[in-house]
Parts: sequence; structure tokens; C-alpha cells
Amino acid sequence: MRTKNTIIFSFISAFFLILLISIWKILATLQGLNINSFNIEVLFIFGFLISLAHISVGNKIKNIYKSIIFSLIFVLFDGYLIQKLPLWYNIGVFLILYFFNSKINKYNYVFLKEEHSTQVILFDFLTLFGILFFSFVILFPFYMMLVTSFKTQIALLVNPLDFSINFSQDLKDLFKSYFVIFKSYKFGKYILTSTIVSVGTVIITLLFAIPAAYAVARLNFFGKTFLSTSILIIYMFPAIVLVIPLYTIFSQLGLRNSIEGLLIVYTATTLPVAIYMLQGYFKSIPKELEEAAILDKLSWFGIITKIIIPLSIPAISSVALYVFMIAWNEFLFSLMFLDNPNSFTLSRAIQYLSGDAETPRQYLMAGSVIVTLPVLFIFVYFEKYLVSGLTAGSVKG
Amino acid sequence: MNDTLANTEKKTAYILTLPAVAIVFAIILFPIFANIWISFKEVELKDIRIPEPRAKKIVKSILEEPSKIKILYKLRNSSLLQEIRDVSFKDKFPKNFKIEELDPRCNFKNSTLKCKFGNWPAKYRENFNVVFETNDESEIDKKALKSTKPKLKGTSDNILLNTNFTLKNFKKVLFENEFLDLLLTTFYYTFFGTVGSIIFGILTAQMVNQKFYGRTFMRSVLLFPYVAPVVALAYTWELLLDPNSGTLNSLLLNYQIIETPINLLGQKYIELNILGFDFKLRLALTTVIMFEIWRYFPLAFLFILARLQAIPKELYEAADVDGASPFQKFFKITLPQITAVISILFMIRFIWNFNKFEDVFLLTGGASGTRTLPINVYQQGFAISDIGMGSAVSIVIVVLLLLFMFFYFKLLGKRVDEN
Repeated sequence: MRTKNTIIFSFISAFFLILLISIWKILATLQGLNINSFNIEVLFIFGFLISLAHISVGNKIKNIYKSIIFSLIFVLFDGYLIQKLPLWYNIGVFLILYFFNSKINKYNYVFLKEEHSTQVILFDFLTLFGILFFSFVILFPFYMMLVTSFKTQIALLVNPLDFSINFSQDLKDLFKSYFVIFKSYKFGKYILTSTIVSVGTVIITLLFAIPAAYAVARLNFFGKTFLSTSILIIYMFPAIVLVIPLYTIFSQLGLRNSIEGLLIVYTATTLPVAIYMLQGYFKSIPKELEEAAILDKLSWFGIITKIIIPLSIPAISSVALYVFMIAWNEFLFSLMFLDNPNSFTLSRAIQYLSGDAETPRQYLMAGSVIVTLPVLFIFVYFEKYLVSGLTAGSVKG
Repeated sequence: MNDTLANTEKKTAYILTLPAVAIVFAIILFPIFANIWISFKEVELKDIRIPEPRAKKIVKSILEEPSKIKILYKLRNSSLLQEIRDVSFKDKFPKNFKIEELDPRCNFKNSTLKCKFGNWPAKYRENFNVVFETNDESEIDKKALKSTKPKLKGTSDNILLNTNFTLKNFKKVLFENEFLDLLLTTFYYTFFGTVGSIIFGILTAQMVNQKFYGRTFMRSVLLFPYVAPVVALAYTWELLLDPNSGTLNSLLLNYQIIETPINLLGQKYIELNILGFDFKLRLALTTVIMFEIWRYFPLAFLFILARLQAIPKELYEAADVDGASPFQKFFKITLPQITAVISILFMIRFIWNFNKFEDVFLLTGGASGTRTLPINVYQQGFAISDIGMGSAVSIVIVVLLLLFMFFYFKLLGKRVDEN
């Protein structure tokens, strides 16, 4: 039982080591290093042996020394096998090995004797594996987007694997793509349009949604249940179905290529979510406050502006951020309604840029960085509000 | 007293909800009915512009006669297809103007020129001249003359409003549009995208639900693909997967995993040989599904994580006392607790994926076997400019969705009864 568990443990940890080193090798390749093989067999044997040695040495040596010794041995062998790699690569390998060793430090003979110990190990390593794998898979495209925007057309074609940025060059050359898209492609104007549309949508949506949500949350009226269920159904409704009729109507009314047209459509599509999220919050505000206000002869307008809004600032700001993000990211309607470059939003402008096969890809990526940054910034900064709102309302997408 | 209070409450409620209801009705519910209407009509993109009578005003001075001025109106019917009936014309002039020669269709009263041009057929054009003289020999301000614009009015049929209906669009959608292929592609895309995102959602939620260093950071990173704009993500993926100079292909070539680059977004099929069985995989569709999963698993992750955090700790403690293994805990405690969330997620994501347009459009434009129903709406309506057909396809989407929801709820209802 103990030997079986030890072998299984060594097996799993060896695979974990392979993943760690492979990701490091990919990243190193992208910095221009010439590595042509993952050496999976060698890595596996090493990982397996290190894990076995860890278990058999046990507590005879202090954990820190054990980790350092094993890591150094590995680095020396690895450096011998794949030669001519710079020092920073080997330091990276050493740190990874140290991390790996400290992770397997907590397993010992006693632990391996326990029931289900292999399953616990598998679970532990799967979690680690998952964290690494998902961070890599998710962050890599964003990393690529950012780096590509700082490269030149020639450098990208000569070696698509070289992601290193030359910081020694002039700042002007480094940010050249950004200068170009602002100067020759009018990105400043597009940013302005996108901002006006998004902020406008937020204001109009809140103006309409707060009273409606208050009515749904507090007042009794005929058709209330119908209204609150239809909010949910409308929220599920496909946007693609609305496109053709709205296109024809907007064409006939002359609302295409106008900010007003976009504002109307975005407001209508975000209203259901906003009402749904707000009414949930309004219901949690104690009723006694309003009853006191009614005795003071406040009108409904007074109740909303003097009691409800000040009390629900967190919910309102989370709805506002959401609506902003939806409007900023929106693509389908801006594709359908805007065909004049003077009224483009950022998303539409980037799509228009890519339509021209001549457009260098670094311009496209610089545009992508510009459209992505504000959203990610808002998201990271206000994450707490947004996550609770997401689970409550779940943004359409 | 109470009665009036209830009445004012009702009134207030209607006033408060009216603006929101009105705009949602106008932009969401009305178009749905309009869609049904249009889908039974033969309408093309060029038909939807309302024909207008137009006039371009050109002011010309006459040589050696400074007190006289000639005005040329270039009149035309903006439509190439439809006639305009009872065109009327109106333009204002300064008080001191006198008209020379009046066209029989017009009259000049109170410094206003009014004409009745009758009916203009499609493509109609006419150059209409008027000459004016001033009473008092004063100089003529040409700029002011140009700045007043003539007003034209006329009535014409709006092709969208007449009552000629046809079933032709639906016949074409169902029998001439490779409908089965379209449906199957949409189904693959929707189903595998949904299932994939839920599976990854469960894995990541289970992962983040454990304690480790950097957990909150991990949680926000996992949501990045969901909150970033589609346009940016789609083009980044396109660059990443490019067969000639894309990073992924270069990496795979560098590590000698493949010998020739694979066009992941442009190749319809790839032949695979697994365990001696040859089979064809729809490559571009698979890639698009991967993107779909990558972008939308965060939603599943969030929902499932919220549910996982609500599971009482006592359940796991009791299981530990009973000596349950981690896998037993997962399958016997965790999974039953999240089935409700998963079934809701499945429905939401299924519906949204079924209607997803942007992702496929930006990645492949519907080429190489990735043509889904929403892409077809766009292609019919705007690429082929057959608005009627596009509408018919979107009606088909709505009907299919309603069918799905009906059966899903029936199935779900049954299972709830059994429990």
C-alpha cells in the first residue's frame, strides 16, 4: 500500500513538474530563446526521482536545505542538457524547482499511509495544475495583445515567436502604433463617441430604471407580477432577432449613423437587467423609513430622491458600471447601425480597420488594447461591486 | 379614504413604470411583431428607403442685368423604383422680389412660390427655372437666397406598409437554404459551447473554492475573458491562430509537434486517426467552439462558485468523520448541491449561445463550415440584401427557441416531480 501510494504520488508530481517547466519554456521561447524541445522524458524521470528522494529523505534534513539541494541538482543537469541558455532562464528554472519542492514538502511517509491519500494528492495537484493552466490560457491572449501593439510589422513577420520588447528604443518608436491610430485613424474621436454613448446610456437607463424598479419593489398595482416576469423574459430575448426590424425602422426615420439611435437601443436592451437588479436591492431597504416619509408628506419623487437613492448608492453604482460595460463592449448594433466612419464607436472602428487587409496587425492590437483597458480597469478596481451584481443579475452576453 | 390611497398608489406606479415600459415596448416588443410582418413580405434592402421628392437650388446672376436673378431647381425623385404622387413645392423669397413668367403649375403670392407638380414616376428628373426681378433695383443677396431651402412634399407607398403577403421566404428558408446543415451547425456550436463552458466552470469553481495564496486575484483573472470586449478578443485569437505567422502555429512548429501549419479558422475538416479509426473533425467549428467556451466559462464559474460557497460546511465535516474520500465528497455532496444551478445555467447559456452572432462573425465570418442561424440572418439580410429572408430566418430562430424552452421546462418539471 505504501509503495503503491509513493509511486502514484511521484507520478503525479512529475507531471506537475512537466507542466511547470513547459510553461516556463514557452515563455522563454517567446523572449527569443532557441529551445526546440520540451524534453518531456528527462523532465519526467527527474520529477519522479526528486519526489521519491523527497519521501525517502523525510525529515532527516531541514526542508529548506532539501529544496535548495534538489533544485540545484536539477538546474545543473538541465543546464548541462540544454546548453547556451542565458542565466535568467536558469534562475527561473531554479525558482520553479524551489516552488515545486516546497509544494511537495508537506507529503511524507505518514501521510501516504493514510486512507485516500492518493486521492487527496490528486486533488491538491489538480488544483495547482488548474490554477497554472487557467492563468496561462486566460492571460496569454491579453499578453499577446499588449506585446504585439509595441512591435513593428517587420519584426512580427520575421520571427513571430519573438515577443521581447526593445525598451532601449525611443519612446516615440515604442508607442508608434498608438500615435498612428490616433493620428491617421481618428481614434480620439472614436473614444469620444464610445464614451458619450456609454455614459449617456448609463444616465438614461438609471433615470428610467430607478422609478420603475421602485414601483415594482414597493407599490401595489394591477399588472405588477406580469411586469416583473416579463422583465426576465425580455432579458433572455435574442438581439439578433431585433436587428432587421430596427434597421428598417431606423433607416426610414433617419436614425442610422446617429448617437441618438444607439442610445435608444442600448437603453432599451439594458433596462430589463437594470430594473431587475435594482428592484432586488430596493426590496431590502426597510419600509419604515418610507412610512415616516409619507407621514412627513413627501411625494414619491421626494421618497426616491431623498431616501431610496442615498440608501442604495452601492447597488446603483454597480448597475451603472455594468450598463457602462455592456454599452462599451456592444458590437452587434453598432455594426448594423453605423456605416459612416464619422459616427463609429471604438468596437466598430476596430472591426472596420480589420476589414482592410493592408492594416498592419500592430495597429489592430493597439486599438484592441485601447478598447480593452478601460473595461479591465473598471472591472479590477470595482470588482467587489461587480461580482455581487453579476451573480444577482448576470450580464447578458 | 383607503380606496383613494390605493388609487393614488396605482397611479404613481403607472407614472413611474411608464417611461421604461414604453421604451422597452418600442425597441424590443414592437420589432418582434414587425419581424413577423416583414418575414411574410418580399422586401429587399433597397426597397426600405422611402421615396422623397428632392430639389437642389442653384442661384445664377444674369449678365448685364444686376437687378434680375435666375434660380434653377434640379428636381428629382430619390427613388429608382417607386412613384411619388401629388408633389407640392414651396419656397420663400425676399419682399422686394417680382416674378417674371410664371409656370402654369405655380402661383406667386406673398413672396412665396407655390407649385403643384403632380405625380413623379420613378427616376423622374426635371430642371425648373424661375427668373426674378427686384422692385427697387437694390442689390441681390445671393447667399441669403441660397440659404432658404425649398420645401417639397409628396405621398408614396411604403412597401413595408402594404398588405401583399407571401410564404416564399419561409419556403426558401426551409428548402433552398441548406437548412439541415445550418441547424446542425448551430446545434453543435450551441450544445458543445454550453456543455464545455459548464464543465470548465465546475472545474474552476471547485479550484477557487479552496484556500490558496492569490485566490481573489485568480477570481478576477478568471473573469477577464467575460468582461473584455469581443472585438479585441476575437482579433487577438485570430492573430494567435493565424497559419502563416500566428504564435500558436509557430510554437507548435518550433517544438516539432506539427510539420505544416494548421489553418485552425479556415479549414473546414481535418482528418484524424485515433486508435486506427479515421474520422473527420470540423476544425473551424471546433476552434470557434473553443473560443466560445473560453469566453463564457467565467459566467458558469461565478454562478457555481456562489453556490459552492453556500454549501454548509457541516456536510463536509460529517463526511470526513465517515471517512469519505475527496471524490466521494465531490460526487455525493458537491454535485447534488449544484445541479439546480447547472440546469439554470444550461438553459441561459443554451439560449444565448443559440443567438450568438458576434463571436462567429468576427472569427470566421461564417466561412469554413461555421455558418450558424444568426450568421445566416445577417448574410440574408445584409450580404444578399434580402430583408424578408433575413426576417424569416430570425422568426425560425424564435420558434426553435420557444420549442426548446417548452421541452426543457417540461423535462425539468418532470424531474422535480420525481424527486
